[in-house]
Amino acid sequence: MVAAAVLRHLGAGTARRVVALPLTLSRGVSDSTEPLTVETSVPYKSHIVDPPAREVATTPRELVAFFRDMSVMRRFEIAADSLYKAKLIRGFCHLYDGQEAVAVGMEAATTRADAIITAYRDHCTYLARGGDIVAAFAELMGRRDGCSRGKGGSMHFYKKDANFYGGHGIVGAQAPLGCGLAFAHRYRKEDAVTFDLYGDGAANQGQLFEALNMAALWKLPAILVCENNHYGMGTAEWRASKSPDYYKRGDYVPGLKVDGMDVLAVKQACKFAKQHTLENGPIILEMDTYRYHGHSMSDPGSTYRTRDEIAGIRQERDPIERVRKLILTHDLSTSQELKDMEKEIRKQVDTAIAKAKESPMPDPSELFTNVYVNDCGLESFGVDRKEVTSVLP
Amino acid sequence: MAAASSLHVAAPVATPRVGSSAGNRSASAARVVRVAAAGSGAARAGGRLVARAAVAAKENSPARAASKSDGHEVLLFEALREALIEEMKVDPTVCVFGEDVGHYGGSYKVTKGLAEMFGDLRVLDTPIAENSFTGMGVGAAMKGLRPVIEGMNMGFLLLAYNQISNNCGMLHYTSGGQFKIPVVIRGPGGVGRQLGAEHSQRLESYFQSIPGLQMVACSTPYNAKGLMKAAIRSENPVVLFEHVLLYNLKEKIPDEEYVLCLEEAEMVRPGEHVTILTYSRMRYHVMQAAKTLVNKGYDPEVIDIRSLKPFDLHTIGNSIKKTHRVLIVEECMRTGGIGASLRSAIIDNFWDYLDAPIMCLSSQDVPTPYAAPLEDATVVQPAQIVAAVEQICR
Repeated sequence: MVAAAVLRHLGAGTARRVVALPLTLSRGVSDSTEPLTVETSVPYKSHIVDPPAREVATTPRELVAFFRDMSVMRRFEIAADSLYKAKLIRGFCHLYDGQEAVAVGMEAATTRADAIITAYRDHCTYLARGGDIVAAFAELMGRRDGCSRGKGGSMHFYKKDANFYGGHGIVGAQAPLGCGLAFAHRYRKEDAVTFDLYGDGAANQGQLFEALNMAALWKLPAILVCENNHYGMGTAEWRASKSPDYYKRGDYVPGLKVDGMDVLAVKQACKFAKQHTLENGPIILEMDTYRYHGHSMSDPGSTYRTRDEIAGIRQERDPIERVRKLILTHDLSTSQELKDMEKEIRKQVDTAIAKAKESPMPDPSELFTNVYVNDCGLESFGVDRKEVTSVLP
Repeated sequence: MAAASSLHVAAPVATPRVGSSAGNRSASAARVVRVAAAGSGAARAGGRLVARAAVAAKENSPARAASKSDGHEVLLFEALREALIEEMKVDPTVCVFGEDVGHYGGSYKVTKGLAEMFGDLRVLDTPIAENSFTGMGVGAAMKGLRPVIEGMNMGFLLLAYNQISNNCGMLHYTSGGQFKIPVVIRGPGGVGRQLGAEHSQRLESYFQSIPGLQMVACSTPYNAKGLMKAAIRSENPVVLFEHVLLYNLKEKIPDEEYVLCLEEAEMVRPGEHVTILTYSRMRYHVMQAAKTLVNKGYDPEVIDIRSLKPFDLHTIGNSIKKTHRVLIVEECMRTGGIGASLRSAIIDNFWDYLDAPIMCLSSQDVPTPYAAPLEDATVVQPAQIVAAVEQICR
């Protein structure tokens, strides 16, 4: 009521001045923490473990938060697409739109004491871990205020204080790193787990199986999450993997196949996995998900799959639309309010881009910083210490 | 191969281990250790290279600081083990990863007894999976542990090359300084006794260009222990090159704790006529050649460069300033080897001091053959060193 009244007051002519209403003021958008139970879209498939229940406990506030967070991510990725086409982002840019439910659902099931490590499709995981949206855009544009000081780029987002370990460009190389994180949890007797993400393409890497073996051998608290978007760049899963049942490929390691477009299913699975892994060692979660964009911005994404397929998934399984339907069905908000929220998010993202654009390029001296940790005054990287020539007495 | 070096116990310099500018070390508060230096060191200011007065103490000079006790004799592999034990006792985040390091005690006995002392988690027997256990070490380091990763033979670490180059070397940079990777990657390399091509690799050059890595090579029990400790304490990833044939060298080392400087070269034999730069096993071939050279009337200055990346251009430069002639003797491959980089570093920095072209004796660009005479011909032998010095000093 209030929201509608305010909007009418502003008048149609000033439609662009959309006031950002705090959520508590609007009647419709519920922030109630009353429990709500929703059934997952499809049952879980499991491998040598009993799957969790299909009924997921959630709250109106959580569902609205899911909607908001996924919308921010969606908006971020679409904005990144435009920035790339405007040549403000260069190099490789791998977009996550379509897969938001995995990042958001996982975050809902974890704490910041748990570690997450992923590959190069990392923008949204960074945001989910509490990453600053301005720093993210600045990093994409190679600016000084980027989250990696402009020196990492799209594939190297990290957030140490949130236990987010990046951000890795080489396919599969992060799998053993994730097991190392889990090892550190175990070594320090921390009650925390590591979510070690990789894709269906990386699922054929030898080092993944090496890492899996070690994790199982030493009962490391590692949850290996295969984000199966069905295409390893341009190669469909059935053309690359003899067995595309990635959740079964752990052999002696239990696995679960999850509808990765259903944020509640993801949340439930991650919660289940966390509990399981703290007691029993590693588990594999296969997230059945989909990316709308191509592998990266240089891939149109339509030479190896049909536009009908992409449109069909968008129609049937889009993660944001699913949550929108849930919210509307349970009358947690009105359709207009959700649209307003999206508009507000769009504005916030645009503001963030504008702010990021103001950030200057890194100083030339940054070329040489952070090559080494400045230990005992060491400041060199070439064999003859930078380009400074030796000064003798 | 006689251990030609005597104890380098210079004036004790107590260096409090306060947090460096990068801060946040996981170890406990400041420990005072003696940093034994080849010469007295002036403080190193910010980025400016401050020259150090390299003290050229003659071998028979009485200028040795009094040590509290006589020291104890160890073999090189025992010295490495002592270093590991000392560091693991003091810092609970130091752990060891490798094949057969635990229950078996290490293929060269460097980690013998450690598993009994520290447990199976801290001395981890890994499966034969170099790529991923090196990656695990890097991941654990990102989270604050300090793994010492052993390659049973340096050659096997080629399987882990991606992890060493991309993750180990680069993560500090690509994360804008958020993560540090204080790992030590160590193992024996070099040409042994007819071990065959794949087990006799000389791989220093392979890791040389990786940004973010430091490389050191030990050659005596004394410097092995000191460098191992320094490598473990360093916040940067350090590759420590050991040599298969040097593990049984015996030497008396101090009883007191000491840590060496990773970036420093070691003056083995001061001289006037020619600077011979060497490292690892070739040091002993050089010293053997030195005996012949001295008999022939030459006075070579022998420096064990120890630090392969970065080079200690102060010690090296001061030596060149004195002798004006340089011979590099290395076991590395000729092509793109340590000698090649050292040569260009010397030319860039000390051209004006040279009176003769720099000579570089490296091992041959061949896979190490099995047959003994062929294997001997692969590496530099003392006779070649003598001939080279004679040619340079003509």
